[in-house]
Amino acid sequence: MWEYTEKVKDHFLNPRNVGVIENADGVGEVGSLACGDALKLTLKVDGDKRISDAKFQTFGCASAIASSSALTEMIKGITIDEAEKITNNDIAEYLGGLPKEKMHCSVMGRDALEKAIANYRGEPEKEVDGEIVCECFGVTDHEIQRAIKENNLKTIEDVTDYVKAGGGCESCHDKIQEIIESVSGTPATDRPRPSGMTNIQKIRLIEETLEREIKPELKKDGGGIEFVDFADNTVFVELRGTCSTCSASQVTLKHYVETRIKELVSPELVVEEVKQ
Amino acid sequence: MKTIYVDNNATTRVAPEVREVMLPYLGEFYGNPSSMHSFGGNVAHKIEEARTKLASLINASPDEIVFTSCGTESDSTAIHAAISSVPDKKHIITSRVEHPAVKNLFEYLSKKGYRVTFVPVNRKGILDLDYLYNNLTDDTAIVSIMWANNETGMIFPIEEISEAIKKKGIVFHTDAVQAVGKMPIDVGNSEIDMLSISGHKIHAPKGIGALYVRKGTRFSPFLIGGHQESGRRGGTENVAYIIGLGKASELAANHMDEMTNHVGKLRDKLEDELLKRIPNAMINGDRENRLLNTTSISFEYVEGESILLMMNELGICASSGSACTSGSLEPSHVLRAMGVPFTAAHGSIRFSLGIYNTEEEIDFIIEKLPPIIENLRNMSPFWK
Repeated sequence: MWEYTEKVKDHFLNPRNVGVIENADGVGEVGSLACGDALKLTLKVDGDKRISDAKFQTFGCASAIASSSALTEMIKGITIDEAEKITNNDIAEYLGGLPKEKMHCSVMGRDALEKAIANYRGEPEKEVDGEIVCECFGVTDHEIQRAIKENNLKTIEDVTDYVKAGGGCESCHDKIQEIIESVSGTPATDRPRPSGMTNIQKIRLIEETLEREIKPELKKDGGGIEFVDFADNTVFVELRGTCSTCSASQVTLKHYVETRIKELVSPELVVEEVKQ
Repeated sequence: MKTIYVDNNATTRVAPEVREVMLPYLGEFYGNPSSMHSFGGNVAHKIEEARTKLASLINASPDEIVFTSCGTESDSTAIHAAISSVPDKKHIITSRVEHPAVKNLFEYLSKKGYRVTFVPVNRKGILDLDYLYNNLTDDTAIVSIMWANNETGMIFPIEEISEAIKKKGIVFHTDAVQAVGKMPIDVGNSEIDMLSISGHKIHAPKGIGALYVRKGTRFSPFLIGGHQESGRRGGTENVAYIIGLGKASELAANHMDEMTNHVGKLRDKLEDELLKRIPNAMINGDRENRLLNTTSISFEYVEGESILLMMNELGICASSGSACTSGSLEPSHVLRAMGVPFTAAHGSIRFSLGIYNTEEEIDFIIEKLPPIIENLRNMSPFWK
């Protein structure tokens, strides 16, 4: 069970300012159902740029709801310029602290606030800021760099706790490690997994790659592919549908499937067909 | 506040009858069962009585039972015994929905050079038997498949699987921690080589388990030491707990009808009423072939930890397969293996009932849960 402070419990069980402001002056939406938490923040701003009202809707765990509720209380009555200075740590501190694994809930609050302020100022919706590093949770290098700097993060686990990056298939761990090293300026000495992925991680990523990338492509031609097994860096697959009878299937297998697997999972992999 | 405990797949309350038979062995009868004097010897008799009771619960012979410290030790012992009996074989098979006691051991073994096949399940949680059978090779050292799943209650056809594996001459182990005590188990009518049991799932205390090892199965101890347990597990016996497990086994055998007539009916009522009263809710797993006490229900557009903590305020104790409850960022591996959409997996709640639950308790949950879900949905940006 999580150790939540009384203040977190209070804001979870008695959330303040739930709802949506009609004709809001600023709207910020972050997260998604798939990610497991999401927040929609709406603001009413009066003539002297003061936030006169703030409301939230949140899908997520107790600390996500509490962080959202706390955020609305913190920003009501202050000016936009003051609100802009609020950091994720301020939100966590307001609640008397959050479990380390739940810090991403405070980051979500800060992100929604930032978006709502940008929306109020009429700034265009930002394109994806930077390059996506963590595909599972859609986290960019810029977001990771910022979390590392603002919270003085040291390890991949820290980064996962704060921005979720690396908490899914784990294939981006090397990349996150590089970012940590580049921000801190010194290569970490205790790099946890210098040799790359374990077999299990590879299998998970292979399955995902087949599902997300390869199957939809083959399907366009009435074909299909199933993951059968993995051993000694060889991915065994079974071809289905038109692929199983197509004379060009070996070309598909080597030139398309294997290339994609090498590219998206690991360059040393080869793909072989298993005939049942 | 009254506690309404519907988390019996996590652990169960120690039956008062169990506690009672244990107490003298934490008091005046402290002898060592290995001693030559009758003060110790009498204790040894009680251990053998417990062994007989546990054996009879699963229709085994008493000398096929090895007492361990927990289900995890039983699993580790079985799997290590199997692979070390055939050191040249480097392929092992399990399912994608095992308890961490087996899953993490297989992942560990994969790092040690074993090739691991994880057998998938379908959307209903049913095991892909063809996949399992097609992957058996001459190099396969062990197949370990759980009897019933802790999260969904799905029961796998273990007797049938054990016969198919036996024909190939491969060792078959089943983690039956969730099945024993909740459904009839008859190892005599199967080709199971080893089967794991946990005490605290059947109203014995935490800290006691057992492993069934079929006569003739090649075995080597995991804990190497004295001659206890016929040389199959070193270490002085956990006397009081073994006696407790014996009593719990006897109670479980007597409670089998109650499981069907009482627990099964309460589970069905809970499930039916919640589905009726709460829109966008669904059962995870096939409603057939399931443990009578378990239901995993997903409530879309809300998150499991929030539901659990709101129920906690009312004294209701349950579990969730959501990401947030585990400290990981992804929902349970069982629900993901079944292909339950993330939107539903994040809002999954497991209720696991037991013989001590009453209809009043179930009615209380049926009354209190719908407003909790409604309240959280009204807070959710995805709920219209």
